Amino acid sequence: MTRVAVVGAGYSGFNSNTPDLSWKELMYEAAVRAYEDAGVDPRKDVDAFVTCAEDFWEGFAIFDEFVPDQLGAVLKPTFTVDADFLYGIANAVMIIKSGLADIAVVEAHSKASDILTFGEVIKFAFDPIWLRPIGKAHPYYFAALEKSAYMTARGYSDDVFAKVVEKNKANGRLNSDAPYAGKVTADDVLRSEAVFYPIRKLEIAQRADGAIVFVLAREEIARELTDTPIWVSGVGWWSETSNYDTMSFTAAYARKSAEMAYKMAGITNPARQIDVAEVDDRFAFKEVQHIEALKLAKSNEIPELVEGGYFGRGGDLPVNVSGGSLSVGNLLEATGGQKALEVVLQLRGEAGRRQVDAEVGVAQAWRYIPTASGAVAVFSR
Amino acid sequence: MLMEIERIKGLNFHKKQDVAIVGAGITTFKRRLNETGKELSYYAVKQALEEAGLGIEDIEMVVMGSAPDAFDGLHMKGEYLLDGSGGSDRPYMRVFVGGGTGVFAPIAGYWHVASGLADVCLVVCEEKMSSCHPHPQSAFKYIWDPILDRPLQPNLIWIFALEMRRYMHVNNIKHEDIALVSVKNKANALDHPAAQLAERITVEDVLNSEPMALPVRRLDVSPPSDGASALIMVAPHIARQLTDDPVWVAGVGWALDTTWWTNRDLYFPRYVAEAARMAYKMAHITEPRKEIDVAEPYDPFDYKELHHMEGLGLARKGEAPILTREGVTARDGDLPTCPSGGLLGVGNPIAATMGVKVAELYWQLAYRAGKRQVAKEVTRGVAQAWGDLMQVGTVVVLSNKR
Amino acid sequence: MAVGKKDISCPPYVKGREIKAEDIKEGKVTYWEHHPDIRYSFTAGQAISRFLKGLKEGKLLATKCDHCGRIMFPPRMFCELCFRPVDEWCEVKDTGVVETFSVSYIDPDAKPLEEPVIVAVISVDGASPKMGFMHILGEVDPDDVYIGMKVKAVWKSESEREGSVTDIKYWKPLEG
Repeated sequence: MTRVAVVGAGYSGFNSNTPDLSWKELMYEAAVRAYEDAGVDPRKDVDAFVTCAEDFWEGFAIFDEFVPDQLGAVLKPTFTVDADFLYGIANAVMIIKSGLADIAVVEAHSKASDILTFGEVIKFAFDPIWLRPIGKAHPYYFAALEKSAYMTARGYSDDVFAKVVEKNKANGRLNSDAPYAGKVTADDVLRSEAVFYPIRKLEIAQRADGAIVFVLAREEIARELTDTPIWVSGVGWWSETSNYDTMSFTAAYARKSAEMAYKMAGITNPARQIDVAEVDDRFAFKEVQHIEALKLAKSNEIPELVEGGYFGRGGDLPVNVSGGSLSVGNLLEATGGQKALEVVLQLRGEAGRRQVDAEVGVAQAWRYIPTASGAVAVFSR
Repeated sequence: MLMEIERIKGLNFHKKQDVAIVGAGITTFKRRLNETGKELSYYAVKQALEEAGLGIEDIEMVVMGSAPDAFDGLHMKGEYLLDGSGGSDRPYMRVFVGGGTGVFAPIAGYWHVASGLADVCLVVCEEKMSSCHPHPQSAFKYIWDPILDRPLQPNLIWIFALEMRRYMHVNNIKHEDIALVSVKNKANALDHPAAQLAERITVEDVLNSEPMALPVRRLDVSPPSDGASALIMVAPHIARQLTDDPVWVAGVGWALDTTWWTNRDLYFPRYVAEAARMAYKMAHITEPRKEIDVAEPYDPFDYKELHHMEGLGLARKGEAPILTREGVTARDGDLPTCPSGGLLGVGNPIAATMGVKVAELYWQLAYRAGKRQVAKEVTRGVAQAWGDLMQVGTVVVLSNKR
Repeated sequence: MAVGKKDISCPPYVKGREIKAEDIKEGKVTYWEHHPDIRYSFTAGQAISRFLKGLKEGKLLATKCDHCGRIMFPPRMFCELCFRPVDEWCEVKDTGVVETFSVSYIDPDAKPLEEPVIVAVISVDGASPKMGFMHILGEVDPDDVYIGMKVKAVWKSESEREGSVTDIKYWKPLEG
């Protein structure tokens, strides 16, 4: 069975705004760094390129057109997957395992600062007949409905989510690329305005710009290129339904995609076998939901574990050491890219001041409002 | 050489398993359909499952192909379409290479199975162009570079007109020769039950039709349509259980050229040539003109069929119009081309044209195309699509011998 | 049963109900309209910002790659073929050659235009061969345009220019 490894990673950002660079220049910067890191020439060595993008995040009708040049992909096998970066990783893994490529590149980016009407764009993803006509509120209220259902089902109080924000914002202070990090206490979170009750202002990740590029290779090539290949030992992705009213509200999409990835990676006891996790926390409750779905802890134990610092940087199972999306920002389809990047840096021992001890890590991303879809990737040293 | 192109290297094709097609489905193609995109996808999937003899519970993974979100009027339309296309409660993803998606989605389906991650993969393509107002072409305003092109208020047809003119100029081809493609494909479509614009027309009809962006006239163009199509791709051990005559995927290839389309000579589609080279290498084809028995090149415009035949190596540069005039590309010719009726005759619901490209090729190679079945014996065929700013080539080679 | 000639007609049936224009007029179809307010402000970036500033000054700017030797127009910050940063900026001429053209009778929404627009890809003098961009032709009869025709930019006056590709009104045939 062909094994696939990450042999290079590069990124640009992450910033709340990038008025000096176009999306092309942002991608180019990340790509150059990734190729430098991997020691490959995209024009000669890379066999396939994957971009993860959605037209309306970009402001184009066919964004795929505007991809190849800045990746060094001109006249090469290149395509777009309309999903998160982690779906791109899954495609690269499949392309390499199919023998279609020895080296494949995955890219995702966010130029969220170019979007002037963010709420309207999200709303444009709603079912046009059932959901769009309901109410004039910003579509974040969808997340509020989900949080409400989830915390009631699990019997959680708001303290657990406030603690998650405190942890992630503190983690981000050791990350120089986390524009929204800061010293925030759980009390500050609980006192912040309930803009979408029960979601408070500080529980929502703000938007950010940035780009991430990974270079993946099959085993023989990976060993030639680097002494520290990070293996993609499992990938999984899953969709529940597109009907908002029949979604699980317990992140079944994350549970199922994790099961798929764990099976491929041979992980039977994730809570013990996973050393570090980066999960989607674009709303604070999502981190808790995803910790449960990824089977990193039992749901009834999570509040106590969060309180006791189990998921903190010094804890037994650090979650979102990077600061998560709450510190780094909502990178749209690049969200999973930032998560995977952190896991790769941690496994390589290149995470600097926020380094933790880890052999196996997991990255997870959700496809954001209004979906119940997402992907998971397991990495190992 | 200023524009020297690197060769694709490293194609070892050490796949986990071969991939067969065992079922296909298609809806009718019409300017406006009453069904939603979800409902159209459902119909196409249902028909493909019936042909394969499978139930939705047998499907492990789903690949969706759909072109711009702007047509359907939905951001993240893949997520919206997922339950209509059988994607609920399973791994599902949408891939997208503009107009090339109809042949690209099966390529993604191919690697879902060839990699060993899935044994049964459903590929669904959908387009609901009529949702976009005032005209489906309005969505194409947003395919242009926002700073360099959009201020000129371009219409999509412009790029085709510019490419067609360049193709005619360099190869010294007359509009009459190009119009023959429209005449042939619209007549072929008379035998396709899904067809939107099947009719008997003459070269004069094409040349006298309403000017859109000259040299492009109304009858040079395929219509915008609503529609959906589906394919079922499986591993060999599954194919064996389902049928005695599966059709195998022999080769796949795709390539995306530079965004700077005004920096290229448009007379030859090198993105198609590059994609074909990859697919032929994989299928061990060295002389496509001799080894390909039937072809479904992408024909959203009549000149495009010719342009793409040349890109696919089925004709030398400038030779495709001659083959067409001599009847070589007719259904009873030596190289039947677009026997389905193509996009010009059956319709052009962008990604859903998988149903007249890859699905048609599958039916032809399985000898199930009925009245559309080509006269000659067939073993191998090629389907191709193209898209973006005249940038993407996507190529699939199928064979009824493993 | 091996592969052989079988006369099974696929697709066996096709589903989908067509809506005719009359159906809409007579109100037989239910529609739900949505007019989204979706707006963007595209960051021009380093290369295009400088290019637009050049237009405002009545100049066409290009960039050069010392590796492949190309003078690239429109300018970019990196050479997409060599995949390295460009080396220098230079000015190219506001004359060029028509590589291909079209006479368009429709607007962006496919509505008929009263007067056709002549659109062309013009490769600009001073840049590498085939370094063209798309623009409009004027002061010429559609029947007189040909591939290979020399053309020259007709600029808006300095006060009217705003740093947009429309600072060039159109390109006209170069006399003589």
